[in-house]
Amino acid sequence: MRTRALAPVLLLPVLALTGCGSLVESTEPASGSGAPADGTVAVTATDEACEVARTDLPNGLTTFAITNGGSQVTEVYVYAGERIVTEKEDIGPGTSYELTVDLTAGDYEVACKPGMVGDGIRQAISVTGEGSPLEPAEQEAVDGYRAFVQERADATVPLVQQLRDAVAAGDRAGAQALYAPSRVPWETIEPVAESFGDLDPRMDAREADLLEGEEFTGWHRLEKALWTGEDLAPVVPVADQLLLDVTELAQRVPNAALTPTSIGNGAKELLDEVATGKITGEEEAFSHTDLVDFQANVDGARAALDALRPLVEVADPELLASLDAEFAAVQGALEPYRSGDGFVSYDTVGEDGRRDLARAVDGLSEPLSRLGAAAGGA
Amino acid sequence: MSPVPSVTRRGLFTALGAGAVGAGLAAAGTAVASERSDGPGGPQDAVPFEGAHQAGIATDVQAHLHFAAFDVVAADRAELAGLLRDWTAAARDLVAGRPVGEGGATDGPPLAPPADTGEAVGLPASRLTLTVGLGPSLFDDRFGLAASRPEALVELPAFRGDALDPARCGGDLAVQACADDPQVAVHAVRTLSRIAAGRAAVRWAQLGYGRAATVDPSAPTPRNLFGFKDGTANPSGTDAATLDEHVWVAAEDAAAPEQAWMAGGSYLVARRIAMHVETWDRSSLAEQEQVIGRTKGEGAPLGGRHEHDAFDPASLPASSHVRLAHPSRHGGAQMLRRGYNYTDGADGLGHLDAGLFFLAYQRDVRRAFVPVQRALADDDALSEYLRHTGSGVWAVPPGVGRGGWWGEGLLA
Repeated sequence: MRTRALAPVLLLPVLALTGCGSLVESTEPASGSGAPADGTVAVTATDEACEVARTDLPNGLTTFAITNGGSQVTEVYVYAGERIVTEKEDIGPGTSYELTVDLTAGDYEVACKPGMVGDGIRQAISVTGEGSPLEPAEQEAVDGYRAFVQERADATVPLVQQLRDAVAAGDRAGAQALYAPSRVPWETIEPVAESFGDLDPRMDAREADLLEGEEFTGWHRLEKALWTGEDLAPVVPVADQLLLDVTELAQRVPNAALTPTSIGNGAKELLDEVATGKITGEEEAFSHTDLVDFQANVDGARAALDALRPLVEVADPELLASLDAEFAAVQGALEPYRSGDGFVSYDTVGEDGRRDLARAVDGLSEPLSRLGAAAGGA
Repeated sequence: MSPVPSVTRRGLFTALGAGAVGAGLAAAGTAVASERSDGPGGPQDAVPFEGAHQAGIATDVQAHLHFAAFDVVAADRAELAGLLRDWTAAARDLVAGRPVGEGGATDGPPLAPPADTGEAVGLPASRLTLTVGLGPSLFDDRFGLAASRPEALVELPAFRGDALDPARCGGDLAVQACADDPQVAVHAVRTLSRIAAGRAAVRWAQLGYGRAATVDPSAPTPRNLFGFKDGTANPSGTDAATLDEHVWVAAEDAAAPEQAWMAGGSYLVARRIAMHVETWDRSSLAEQEQVIGRTKGEGAPLGGRHEHDAFDPASLPASSHVRLAHPSRHGGAQMLRRGYNYTDGADGLGHLDAGLFFLAYQRDVRRAFVPVQRALADDDALSEYLRHTGSGVWAVPPGVGRGGWWGEGLLA
């Protein structure tokens, strides 16, 4: 995971792109001049109020520009009925945060929760409009990728259920065997999960990402307990929460803010994850199952490329050829480490092996960094 | 000071012969008019890229160095040639002080990563030179270059006392970036490394500062971290006759027609020489001067009065550095040195990790660096204060003409 949620920042350029007319008509780029651009809705949270600047919104990507003007730490949720569409916790007094979400027509509620408790102060919003602001080919790419993400998110739930059950039963060996496989679908779609802001830190934080006093939860908390011989009973609630979180993730996928550019950038981020977390062996510090995550990250990036392929074929065929060649090179670099259904323990991969993997990843990451712009037609 | 060779050995701080001051052709190569620079340095701040020889050899030594050795991971010869073409294109922009790539650092599409990394924006060209070398390992069976490997491109032999770290040795390719602003040199290497992704990867790299040599005899001789003038007798960068004799590879040097591509090139030896500066600092002035063979202040040969006084090397202490390195002991061999001092943090034991990043260009390492270093490694009193921790040798192809590219003669 990332120590900071980057996705909302990453999505700002998407709005800027809409100013070029290629994604959302009548939308101007955010200028930084003070006035929020169309598509951006200011949310001012105070201790007593939750002011939403506009309550009638067109369908499509919406960025809630949240400012906490109150004296308490707050959190902001968007609900569709009782379903959480998106959320941001831990917004300190005087700070602001931008939350981007894809809203289809319907009725929603924005809730500010000063003190991060209770049902919050709620404001109803209404989203109207039909059809997609995207070009048909762009919409097809987004739909195809969203279906992939949904399938992967749904697949995570039963895997985490099995993991949770093994932990609850005190079956350490069983839980160890289930741990890495339970992460595979997640690792293919992690940038989408990160775009929700709060799920990723809860589900995938490493201990080193946390400050003193912050609670260590999610997969890596279970990993630590499973591999360091800790008693498993105290972490059963962690497994329970993880199961709730993956279920929530699957429910939120329909509202993930996706554009061809964000999908392409997500692919780049997956390889960034490999470069900074897996190659170093920091991701799976106790289980050493980093190569399983590595493969899943690569698979997820390739799925993103496949969804965008028709767009990139037109926009930059040279880039596409280079990406195909580099994906093959990375896969070739991983193959020697296959073992059974998975991969060898990463602590058996020596310095030379890690260096070769890193070089293959660099060879892919450099052209991959241009995918988002190419897919967006820039 | 004991003349007995000790564990550690060093290279060549001092003279390999008198650098004749002479008129002559501009050795940096026949220059195409220099590109303008955007920065305050103006056009005179850019060193011409094109010429008979690569810039960065006979060019007046700049203040800072970023040196990088690369492993080539390209799949085939075409990909390798493509890399060198792309590097050359980027180098033309870099040395002119221009941003690289379409849109540069800030004017590209906002959704794409900038083509230029940006840290040199607003800085002048800073006399940046980029000099590329091809290591012996490039001539293995990967790219079908074995027959083109010059006979003179030998692996360096082991020298007594070598303490080489494999992680600081060798490399299929080397890039020497020299500039008067260190950030400009770093930007250049970073840019080339980025362009190389998937085709070559940095193997090791070294920063250097405070030029430890000059090729301008009229300029004051710089000092190394022992506090002594270094490179008093370096060849002048404008002494064409000396450069032709000792630095540039001649057409007749090719042992076979396939090796003719090196004419106009040179051979580069790099040695990372760690200095035990703490123990050196505890030795007396008299001992330091005996070890070097020159006075510390003026840099005069012992027994002489001025730095450039003629001297008989036999009159110097038998194990002194200047005596052992003197060309008269090595068939007149000279090298053009343009090394830099370095300080890479601390050694964890309370000492600075400091030394000399020795760089020397020569026509044939078998007649220059190898015999000289062998003599120094065996007998030099200075060896007690030195440890060679990194090493490499590269064939530096000739310069690039209009529309040409590095290594064209070998790979085209």
